[in-house]
Amino acid sequence: MSNENIKPKDISRKDLDQLFTIDPSKLPQLPYPYDDWEEPPMEELSETKKEKYDTSLDGAVNLAFPKVETKEQEDELVAKFLVGLRKLFSKDNNWTFLKPLILTMDNCVKCNTCAEACPVFESSGKAEIYRPLFRSDILRRIVRKHLTPGGKLAAKFTGSDIDVNYQTLSRLAQLAYRCTLCRRCAQTCPMGCDNGLLTREIRKLFSQELGIHPKELHGDGTIKQLKTGSSTGLSPIALMDLMEFAEEDLTDRTGLEMKIPFDKSGADILLIHNAGEFLSWPENLEAFTIIFEAAGLSWTLSSEMVGYDSVNYGLFYDDAQYARVTLKHAEVARKLGVKKVVIGECGHAHKALMAIGDRIWLQESNIPRESCMTTLRDIVMNEKIMLDPSRNDFPVTMHDPCNLTRSMGIIEPQREIIRKICPQFREMTPHGCENYCCGGGSGFAIMQSHNFPRWKMSISGRKKFEQIINAYTREERAKEVKKYVCAPCSNCKGQIRDIINHYDAWEKMTLQYGGLVELIVNAMTDVREGFIEWDDFH
Amino acid sequence: MEAIQLVTYAAVAIGLVAITVKVFRYATVPESMRWELYPVPHEKGRAEYGGSYLEELDWWTKPRKKDMLNELKEMAQEILLLKGIFHHNKTVWTWSLPFHLGMYIGIGWLVLLIAGAILTITGNEVSQAAGGIGSLLHYATMILGYTAMVLTGIGALGLFFWRLGSKQQRGYSAPIEFFNLLFFDAVVVVALVCHFTVDPGFAVLRGYFVSLITFTPAGELAGWMQAEIILGSVLLAYIPLTRMSHFVAKYFIYHNVRWNDEPNVKGGKIEAQIIKSLSRKVGWSAPHIQTGKTWGEVVTEEPENEQ
Repeated sequence: MSNENIKPKDISRKDLDQLFTIDPSKLPQLPYPYDDWEEPPMEELSETKKEKYDTSLDGAVNLAFPKVETKEQEDELVAKFLVGLRKLFSKDNNWTFLKPLILTMDNCVKCNTCAEACPVFESSGKAEIYRPLFRSDILRRIVRKHLTPGGKLAAKFTGSDIDVNYQTLSRLAQLAYRCTLCRRCAQTCPMGCDNGLLTREIRKLFSQELGIHPKELHGDGTIKQLKTGSSTGLSPIALMDLMEFAEEDLTDRTGLEMKIPFDKSGADILLIHNAGEFLSWPENLEAFTIIFEAAGLSWTLSSEMVGYDSVNYGLFYDDAQYARVTLKHAEVARKLGVKKVVIGECGHAHKALMAIGDRIWLQESNIPRESCMTTLRDIVMNEKIMLDPSRNDFPVTMHDPCNLTRSMGIIEPQREIIRKICPQFREMTPHGCENYCCGGGSGFAIMQSHNFPRWKMSISGRKKFEQIINAYTREERAKEVKKYVCAPCSNCKGQIRDIINHYDAWEKMTLQYGGLVELIVNAMTDVREGFIEWDDFH
Repeated sequence: MEAIQLVTYAAVAIGLVAITVKVFRYATVPESMRWELYPVPHEKGRAEYGGSYLEELDWWTKPRKKDMLNELKEMAQEILLLKGIFHHNKTVWTWSLPFHLGMYIGIGWLVLLIAGAILTITGNEVSQAAGGIGSLLHYATMILGYTAMVLTGIGALGLFFWRLGSKQQRGYSAPIEFFNLLFFDAVVVVALVCHFTVDPGFAVLRGYFVSLITFTPAGELAGWMQAEIILGSVLLAYIPLTRMSHFVAKYFIYHNVRWNDEPNVKGGKIEAQIIKSLSRKVGWSAPHIQTGKTWGEVVTEEPENEQ
């Protein structure tokens, strides 16, 4: 079906194997040196996988929506969905987000202003199905038809004539996983409506009522985290082994001998990292250790179950799972008796622990929480460590994690630091709370199965890559000029690593990536030069 | 009492009840999780770049610095000039601004008509020749009335054709959206014809307001005047029943959600509300939820079923 002819009510069409097919030639062109870049087409799933997973939205799969074989199974699915829909609008079941939900549901005037703000819509060559309003309008039509008195009678007049069948539900569920929840659309909405919130509510409905969720977020995410201690599968015992390795690596890199403190009862600070750092970027953990030790802070990590992993994928799809994880974090902090919890470089953990967690950490568990950006600013700007900015004399730009900036307003601390330590720092356009998502938000960064990685590189990550390239002058884009993109968030960092790989930008542009603390340590005069490695990309 | 007056009384009653129900509905929803969106205009010294108090070291030990004047300024710009849509969608703003300004001025016009009616009831004259406040009200009513009609009419017509004009916008606009805009235009056209032909100085309409306030018969009214009053009354009742009364929701969206950065403190009001909500029963049916327990139990116990 051609893109321009797709309408919201087509979501229920049974005669289409696939509602939309991505045409790589329609994607917006990237700037030099990618002006002749040919985006590869989406990978087709094998016939076996096609038999197993529904691909009727756009051919990409990051949610294994169960197939039905009989009319009875379809009817049962539809009935369950409609029951769940009622629960979504009830105080008992959804007091957590009912207010923003009904306000957004009631008041969209369908002006489509949100579309221009959405990086997925723009980067897909304006594919109709990725228009923020497309998804929201389908939900509104279903609600108006099935939950409003007289809704079925007035369906044609109110534009609610949409069928709820297997195709509608499968495609709607998958559509909820084509939005990164970056909330850029909400920022531009003249009514204050929030399509990101609606997307999350759709995810919740499928998870909390029908038990349908991406395995990376649920089985391999929150469930694994609650069971083993970390969504990476890292147990407390394995963690300690890893710490020994990190201490040795720290010494190898810097010449410094340092112990990573664990379970220090009564420390001022409990630092919680995204455990993905331990496995993929141990230098981030090491850099925090060097800075905090050099600044003489009283701090500790925790080796308690869940206490060493700030990840909370419940934030993206399920209120119960979100609360279970964050309450474990609160319990760990309370038991240690720390004065405050400092959250490492992880955007969604900031939001989970500080913004949403603000309403969940109650009474004696309400331990104050602070962003590491703030703690680090205090250290750097008050000269608690000695720095030589000339060590960072290469072009540096910075990505703003959406959760940290748009959802929490933490914008200046990291800038003050980077302006002080990076002589060639330059902003992306736009930046701060108007930033573009890295394309890995809402769990996409960790979704590596089937053909979804291709989608998130060529569609949801495209705008960010364009921004990164544009941050450097044409001359600076040359392979000979080493350059750095600072992404002070674990998931964003993973996504940017994958973008660099997909576009071969390490080879073509010598584009390195990393966090903020790595730049700080790279400039520390007490540390051997060369903390940031330019002969290695990982 | 005449039938036409009944229509107006009923319309006012329906409108007021509908608005009250709407306000009550939004106001009684339990305290939600925080879901603010930056920039938040009351963040003193930080609103300009979208910053928050969370940028401060040990923020919970510092007094909150709020700039309520900036928040009021932001609200005024949003309400009067539709600042948001101006920045992000100029095409819609071009038509939405006159439409909204027309309605604001229309509210002012209704206030002047009521003021004029009260002046008349108290034995004063409101006319061109009355002098003093009587003349002032006469002219002000005319200026506001015609301006409101023209601006609303142009705005509604512009929005109608904007919805109709592009394939994309048409695809998302339901018949009701076209009907609503045409309804506004119908009221405006009837009102303009009425006042150009029957009641150019609004004296007859003011007389009708006198009859409404004093519960006395309105007397014989021209056909156009009857049409204007009936259509206007129906519109008054209809707006609060539809999404067009979004000013109510907009207040709650901005103050309770988008700009609500109030931190939860130990022993505070927010904490008490959340604790109350934690005793609500969970009805979600997925295996990992543990249906039937309270939220407080569900979130503090390990899921028995790991699906």
